[in-house]
Amino acid sequence: MAEAMAGTVTKEAAETAAAPLLSLRDVHVGSHRRREVREIVRGVDLDVLPGEKVGVVGESGSGKTLTMLSVLRLLPRPLEVLEGQIRFEDRNLTDLGEREMESVRGAGVAMVYQDPMTSLNPLLRVRTQIVETLRGHGASKAAARERTREVLGQVGFVDPERVEAAFPHELSGGMVQRVMIAMAIATSPRLLVADEPTTALDVTIQQQILDLVDSLQSRTGMSVVWVSHDLGVIARLVDRVCVMYAGRVVENAPTLRLFVRPTHPYSQALLGSLPGPEVGHRAQLTQIGGSPPDPTLLPPGCPFRPRCPFAFERCAQEEPPLLERGDGSFAACWREPREWC
Amino acid sequence: MVLALRTVDLVKVYHVRRGPGVEALQGVSVELESGRTLGIVGESGCGKSTLARLLVGLERPTSGSIELFGEAIAPGGHRELARSIQLVFQDPYSSLDPRLTVSTAIGEVLAVHGLAARGRQRESRVGDLLAMVALGRRFADCYPHELSGGQAQRVAIARALAVEPRALVLDEPTSALDVSVRAEVINLLVRLQDELSLSYVFISHDLATVRHLADTIDVMYLGLVVESGPYGEVLGAALHPYTRALAEAVPVPDPAREAKRRLRADGEAVPPPGTAIATSGCSYRPRCPLAEEVCRTARPELVEFGAGHLVACHKAKRDSSVPVAWGASDSRAALS
Repeated sequence: MAEAMAGTVTKEAAETAAAPLLSLRDVHVGSHRRREVREIVRGVDLDVLPGEKVGVVGESGSGKTLTMLSVLRLLPRPLEVLEGQIRFEDRNLTDLGEREMESVRGAGVAMVYQDPMTSLNPLLRVRTQIVETLRGHGASKAAARERTREVLGQVGFVDPERVEAAFPHELSGGMVQRVMIAMAIATSPRLLVADEPTTALDVTIQQQILDLVDSLQSRTGMSVVWVSHDLGVIARLVDRVCVMYAGRVVENAPTLRLFVRPTHPYSQALLGSLPGPEVGHRAQLTQIGGSPPDPTLLPPGCPFRPRCPFAFERCAQEEPPLLERGDGSFAACWREPREWC
Repeated sequence: MVLALRTVDLVKVYHVRRGPGVEALQGVSVELESGRTLGIVGESGCGKSTLARLLVGLERPTSGSIELFGEAIAPGGHRELARSIQLVFQDPYSSLDPRLTVSTAIGEVLAVHGLAARGRQRESRVGDLLAMVALGRRFADCYPHELSGGQAQRVAIARALAVEPRALVLDEPTSALDVSVRAEVINLLVRLQDELSLSYVFISHDLATVRHLADTIDVMYLGLVVESGPYGEVLGAALHPYTRALAEAVPVPDPAREAKRRLRADGEAVPPPGTAIATSGCSYRPRCPLAEEVCRTARPELVEFGAGHLVACHKAKRDSSVPVAWGASDSRAALS
């Protein structure tokens, strides 16, 4: 079981297909107006292998959502990809025309958003919305209708007929979120990106959705990127975790390794701050001093330095790149290996 | 033992234009010892926020009574009530007026209650309140949008403390905060409780935080308390199938424990909330894996299973198995 956790999926996937499905290299996202450039995502590297489940963790403003929106080229104006490469399969998405991009969205990459109620059209029945998506990808009307019923069944509705005839407001939050997932998988994407899709839901429904994504993933072999700030959800679902801070990936490690032996001080602090059965009742929790930084007003050097208990001179001068830490783990920190734990 | 809070058989019915009213609370009796923390957990719709609103007098109960520090709350006794019990909301940005500076927001509360009315006096009182929540005086002139989530929540707590309440109702006070500042607010709540002998009603769906802060816990389901008792009993040795389902559903930041849970989940899947509503008997019956004939005919009463540990379930029996979420971790062993 331990091996399973360490990521057999990752290993298998790496052997059968070494090429990542999605590959981000030095991706910068921000806005530039006249001469003023404001960067929010400051050079993200991220690989997702076929069949791999990757978690992206970070607090609000860390750039995790914008990074994923840049993959789909759905960044809200005036934000844009300023620099970097986004490869999906054999294509560089930043070079594609809007027409070609349409064919990547849905069939290649599908996204599920945090707030389901705002991502469905309140005036259209569930059926109409899913059929429309499928028709947009060239399915015949009959095939689209059949597929709609099929995917609604796949996401666990016992009565797909009733759900497909419903308007969004007639469904509960958990049901709408399942409709969103059904819509996302209807086009059989090779990559499913989920942006905190369970944050607004009760834990019991969250559990149901996590189990659902898990079983869909193992059945279809799609890759999953799960964006969340909930470390429990990440521990449950993914093979590998990217921790983002101030617009960069500061740690990238297999899930078990990250939770047991995190190497970046930010990851250590995050995990150390959680209440849990090992922490005494009402005992002082380890705090991370300071507040999350504004990515457009960063100090020189390492952006975590003002909150870091281990900072030394070098941290003020140079921002550390992701450095190999063994066991497939990488961290952006200048500390020497013997100083980690 | 001094009771900070006691409710007896609280019922709250919301009337809707058509059809029968919605019974948000169907007879809730809770008790909170002075200086302690009562945790309230349950899914959305269980009535926990309705209970919070009744406790601080934002709404009146349909029937039943509320006692604060031994005194019954008279209908309309709003201002005195506010002095002794205050509510802190989930999202500090929506509970603070975006057009008011921190000092105006807190000063307003002082003025309304006729405390520290004068300029200089009020200014120093605002400074003291900010110091209590570990914020410097320089925050007095900030607007909410200039504050981080953690700072804004501390301002909201300072404002609640302005009237020197003896109890706080905290409705999901850490849920909207980033993980890195959550610990800070939790630590602050513990410190304030010790320093000011405050009593807390802590409402949350975050079981790990409730377990950390609460001395006793009430689990609510569809307007009723289904399990109640010391925190260790309720979360560590839950007897009601609903409490067990909740504890099993909470993901914990521990991959090995999660893997173990995944294996177990195949055997005993936790049913999600359904649309079926029980019109008689136990309201959890439509989701309950243990339901039998008796659960359909008779509503279970709260029965004592140990010191102060009450459970409303026909099928509850002593069970020593610990939910995975609170069991021992073997992630470390799994890695090495």
